[in-house]
Amino acid sequence: MKLRFVLLALLAIGTFGGTAALLYAWESPIAPIDPRSLGAPDRAVLRRGASLALLGDCATCHTAPDGLPYAGGLAMPTPFGTIYSTNITPDPETGIGRWSEQAFIRALRSGVDREGRHLYPAFPYDHFTRVSDDDAKALYAFFMSLDPAKSSAPPNELAFPLNVRLTLAGWKLLFLRRARFVADPSRDEKWNRGKYLVDGLGHCGACHSPRNLLGAEMKSAGFAGGEAEGWRAYALGRSSLSPVAWDEAALADYLASGSHPLHGTAQGPMANVVDNLSQVDPADVGAMAHYLASLGKGEGRNDAERPASGPGRLPQAAGVQAATPSIPSEPGGAIYATVCASCHDGGRPLPLGGSRLDLSTAVADEKPANLIHLVVRGIPAAAGASAHPIMPGFGDILDNRQISDLVNYLRTRFAGRPQWNGLAKAVAEARGGR
Amino acid sequence: MMQAVSRRSVLAGAGALIVAFRLSGTHAQTETGTGGSPSKHGLPGSLDDTPRIDAWIRIDASGAATILTGKAELGQGLKTALLQVAAEELKLPLERLSLVTADTARTPNEGYTAASHSMQDSGTAIRNAAAQARELLRDEAARRLAVPSTSLQVRDGEVFGADGKRLGYGELVRDQLLSVDAGQTSRLTLPADFTVMSRPVPRVDIPAKVTGGAAYVHDLRPEGMLHGRVVRPPSYGATLRDCDVARVERMAGIVKVVQDGNFLGVIAEREWAAVQGMRTLAATTNWIEREALPDEADLPAALMNLPSRDTTIHGTGNPGAPGILVEGTFSRPYLTHGSIGPSCALAQLEEGKLTLWTHTQGVFFLRDAIAGMLRMPAENVRCVHAEGAGCYGHNGADDVAADAAILAVAVPGRPVRVQLMREQEHAWDPFGPGMVVKLKATVGADGAIADWHHEVWSQSHMMRPGPPGTLIAARLKSAPFPPAPPVALAQPEGGGDRNAIPLYAIANCKVVSHFLPDMPLRGSSMRSLGGYLNVLSIESVLDELAARSAQDPVTFRLRHTEDPRACEIIETAASRFGWTTRVKRSESTGFGFGFARYKNLEAWCAVAVEIDLPRQSGIVRVRRVVAAVDTGQVVNPDGVRNQIEGGILQSISWTLFERVTFDRTRVTSVDWSAYPIMRFDSVPESVEVHLIDRPGDAFYGVAEAAQGPAAAAIANAIRDATGARMHELPFTAARIKRAIAA
Amino acid sequence: MTTLIVNGESRSIAASPDTPLLYVLRDELGLCAAKFGCGLGQCGACTVIVDGKAVFSCVTPVMVLEGRTVTTLEGIGSRDAPGPMQRAFIAEQAAQCGYCIPGMMMRAQALLNRDPQATDESIRAELQPHLCRCGTHMRILRAIRRAADEMRPKTVEARTGR
Repeated sequence: MKLRFVLLALLAIGTFGGTAALLYAWESPIAPIDPRSLGAPDRAVLRRGASLALLGDCATCHTAPDGLPYAGGLAMPTPFGTIYSTNITPDPETGIGRWSEQAFIRALRSGVDREGRHLYPAFPYDHFTRVSDDDAKALYAFFMSLDPAKSSAPPNELAFPLNVRLTLAGWKLLFLRRARFVADPSRDEKWNRGKYLVDGLGHCGACHSPRNLLGAEMKSAGFAGGEAEGWRAYALGRSSLSPVAWDEAALADYLASGSHPLHGTAQGPMANVVDNLSQVDPADVGAMAHYLASLGKGEGRNDAERPASGPGRLPQAAGVQAATPSIPSEPGGAIYATVCASCHDGGRPLPLGGSRLDLSTAVADEKPANLIHLVVRGIPAAAGASAHPIMPGFGDILDNRQISDLVNYLRTRFAGRPQWNGLAKAVAEARGGR
Repeated sequence: MMQAVSRRSVLAGAGALIVAFRLSGTHAQTETGTGGSPSKHGLPGSLDDTPRIDAWIRIDASGAATILTGKAELGQGLKTALLQVAAEELKLPLERLSLVTADTARTPNEGYTAASHSMQDSGTAIRNAAAQARELLRDEAARRLAVPSTSLQVRDGEVFGADGKRLGYGELVRDQLLSVDAGQTSRLTLPADFTVMSRPVPRVDIPAKVTGGAAYVHDLRPEGMLHGRVVRPPSYGATLRDCDVARVERMAGIVKVVQDGNFLGVIAEREWAAVQGMRTLAATTNWIEREALPDEADLPAALMNLPSRDTTIHGTGNPGAPGILVEGTFSRPYLTHGSIGPSCALAQLEEGKLTLWTHTQGVFFLRDAIAGMLRMPAENVRCVHAEGAGCYGHNGADDVAADAAILAVAVPGRPVRVQLMREQEHAWDPFGPGMVVKLKATVGADGAIADWHHEVWSQSHMMRPGPPGTLIAARLKSAPFPPAPPVALAQPEGGGDRNAIPLYAIANCKVVSHFLPDMPLRGSSMRSLGGYLNVLSIESVLDELAARSAQDPVTFRLRHTEDPRACEIIETAASRFGWTTRVKRSESTGFGFGFARYKNLEAWCAVAVEIDLPRQSGIVRVRRVVAAVDTGQVVNPDGVRNQIEGGILQSISWTLFERVTFDRTRVTSVDWSAYPIMRFDSVPESVEVHLIDRPGDAFYGVAEAAQGPAAAAIANAIRDATGARMHELPFTAARIKRAIAA
Repeated sequence: MTTLIVNGESRSIAASPDTPLLYVLRDELGLCAAKFGCGLGQCGACTVIVDGKAVFSCVTPVMVLEGRTVTTLEGIGSRDAPGPMQRAFIAEQAAQCGYCIPGMMMRAQALLNRDPQATDESIRAELQPHLCRCGTHMRILRAIRRAADEMRPKTVEARTGR
């Protein structure tokens, strides 16, 4: 109820708040173009645009399951209802084929479509507003070079007053700061490049920062941890709860390859992000890692060595797996001993063995969502058969009670932290969302 | 063996092909372990080694026939094809035939079931033996009825006279009727009269496999069976420092722990107890290891720097003719066979005699190796083939049989079943060897290939049993057997240099084989041996020459092809694919073509593919594959299609994804996460196989015919889609992106 | 001691509680269709159906299955009376060595029980956890398509009849 009240107030600001606000809220349409009028794009610009689109994870949201890339239609559940991503291929009727460069850049940076309608901030223009002119133009050139796909997204499913787009003008007034990125002259080029990518196109804060009641990132708690599609996006920098503190090298490895022996494997929405980052210039990923490392370290131990292979350095088992340890009487412990221990007690590094749970952020985090997801879904084999850890999911084997018992046991034994509140509900939710 | 005897005269008899045989020269040792000596009896296929007809065919008093083959079912459909051949020539319904496969106590010795030789070795032997057996039966009937043979008809296991009299095979067969050597002529059924051959007869082994019947050695459950597991060292050459045997022997369900030098095994009543015992033993073991492996990051250089025995295997014209130059150094990493079922064997020692049920490819060779390892007389060891998971060459089958033999000797009387664990199968596999091909060629102003220079570096592809030292257990035992000497398979079949000599007409052509006696990693036979990389390299350079001289790749191939069957197969694949009318769906579309005649002696195969390869992802998605195959006389068309489809998909997996990884000490690709292979997301949208049947022709091996051409077609399609020529296998997304950016 | 319903029959399991279901099926109950492939949940050869879901029996200790219902390949037909999935694999000759096939069939059976209208895309996606080394994939897909087509009318009937 409180939320509804605030939203109505926003609508009031947006529509009846006087001339100034109306002027603010009003955005004019930009004239359509004939897509055929565009000249042949420069190949180098196209390549840069393609890379920027990966850094911005554009296809991740603008592609429906089994749909054509960038043709939109992905359902994005939000606390306010379901929003569908749009078609950003150059189809004149259903995509952005009639959009001029100016219209595209306005949408990217201000969240307003060609016809002047406000866009929902599920599209992270609060980050994209930092994108430079050259990069915005390269992105436009890239999207306009795609094969046009005829595909209309279903209408959004939002309740009043959010279905009135003018409400968004109020939202923007409160939360959108339109400003290009400005380099910090006291920092080096790599740091500035990293910050530009992390805060801009990369829109890392969109998931890794908590959001307020109106769905806007809380600037005061940047990178303090957030949520995405039911997964926890861990706190970064000083607030990180990782048992092993992240350093720049580990960040760079993880972002580029999707996994790190001391930090595990990117899953959930982050899996798409690292998949995209594996395809861009490694220098850009390195810059992002450099900037993220400058945010500071959490209180994790720094003593865990990276496991290495070779004589005397690996547990010298002939196999990947360990014998069953003695089975404790408590139910969660018994499940661990019989289901998990053969891999996770094996002591081999990723991808040759189960990851060390005492190093797992999923176990140490303030919320259980990711640990539950991992137990339920596992880590599926990577698409395209690249070398990648695989863990079977146990959601079809263990019932909710068994999963709660197991998760409680892991929390106590491996993180030494108090048990999570509301675990049963979280387990039920994670299963329902599958 | 097929080459050792050729059909010299084919006379069209009354409703039959009368085929007479004649001796020809000596041939080099082949991958089947046979050959290497002159033809003994002038008989075709394996009949030459085992001429007695009743060694192949026995008929009982009910008129049912038992067919005996020294070859083994490896999932390739061999049983069905051999039964078809036998049924056709014996004129017996399929359901009255049974088949005994490789068994040292019962069947002929046909060497290894390898090198796509089974139909030409065993199929040919059985076909001729069956045809001659049928004539012996007909003659016997003629004798009893006192009429001329030619007046008698044979069908459905009976001989019919003109007067309505008939005699069944069961009545006709007497003690010694088939106990004769095969004669110098066979009266074969005319292709036009085939009722069983050349037809898609359903595989006899599939119903049990899809309904939970005991189909594999893994499924055998004899009374009193124990389960064994071994603990393998963590790396080659590791030696045992210490281990806690007593702790494992105290565990519930453990029958015995066997330690013999560096060999460690556990025996338990239940399988899971054996696994637990193995894991516990492994965890208490300390090994002394050393860094002895090459730098994987630069494997091609490491291989090329090894000492080599060099042979010019082909040389024509004068090298160095000028023209547009194309050069490339192609390489493949070590590949693992990757059976989905880790290898398994069952062994039992009774009254000093050891019986082994094994999915080895060569029961007789394995028998000798195991007898040698155990210092037992060979006649006290019997090896019986039982199916395993597909092996694709020399995998862990022989090694696990040796493990089972050692464990069975420790518990006389009790059968012991041993299965390897996934990481043991992966880490200790006799890998398909890493290889390098350096190719340099020019195309002249006339558009013809002016010069061709091919060099190939490879270790042995033939380290199968024979000597006990080929078995892991024999190397680990105290008083270990010496490592087996490396075997260089000679041309014309070749090993690492298989298919290195281009089939194309090239005036100036030199091919050099650098055989590497050292074996940085354990290696042996894997499907198509060196043929895979040699064909990939030849076909890549050929395409590049065509592209640089602005010629269509298919036309360019035809221009250099003299063999009419090669031309027909290339043309068939191209026309079925719609090569000349191909249109790219988008910028990321690529088309590619590849061709080879396997070993330059066996089946002809051409493959055309369409791929989708977005430049920004580097991920190859195979959309459409069209293959054309000529395997001579087709016995089972659906079986041939199944083999070719399988070969194409396996080759796509090798080509795009696969690589054995290792550090300086250990193999690190020990499971499917570290050694990924094709999953369903990478399966093509469609695969078509077109067969050209050659009724009356010989059988040409087909099971390994598609691997090289399929890989070449993919490589050429990548080039077509991106402009990037790939050299270093596997062609992963990351490498393709690097090549595009370069 | 754990009790399971296996292919419709109640079975008391003597094996230790940590024993994976796979070893119980093969070693104790003599049901050999499910195969050991990796013991890691990476290849799918051991797949059986537990309470309607396809699971890797090699990583499922019997301890967690008390009272659950297990269906193996032996439970969906026999050599003499093959079920629709089995008939389809025979009709399409969808095997080479066949070692991976029982696991694939069980996952496909679970999928079709749950979604008789499964599309070709969803069949492919569902089979992603399974490996085949012989390259029989095209035939496996065709066989499952055939089984789906054959099973559909009956499934609809069974549903409306209930």
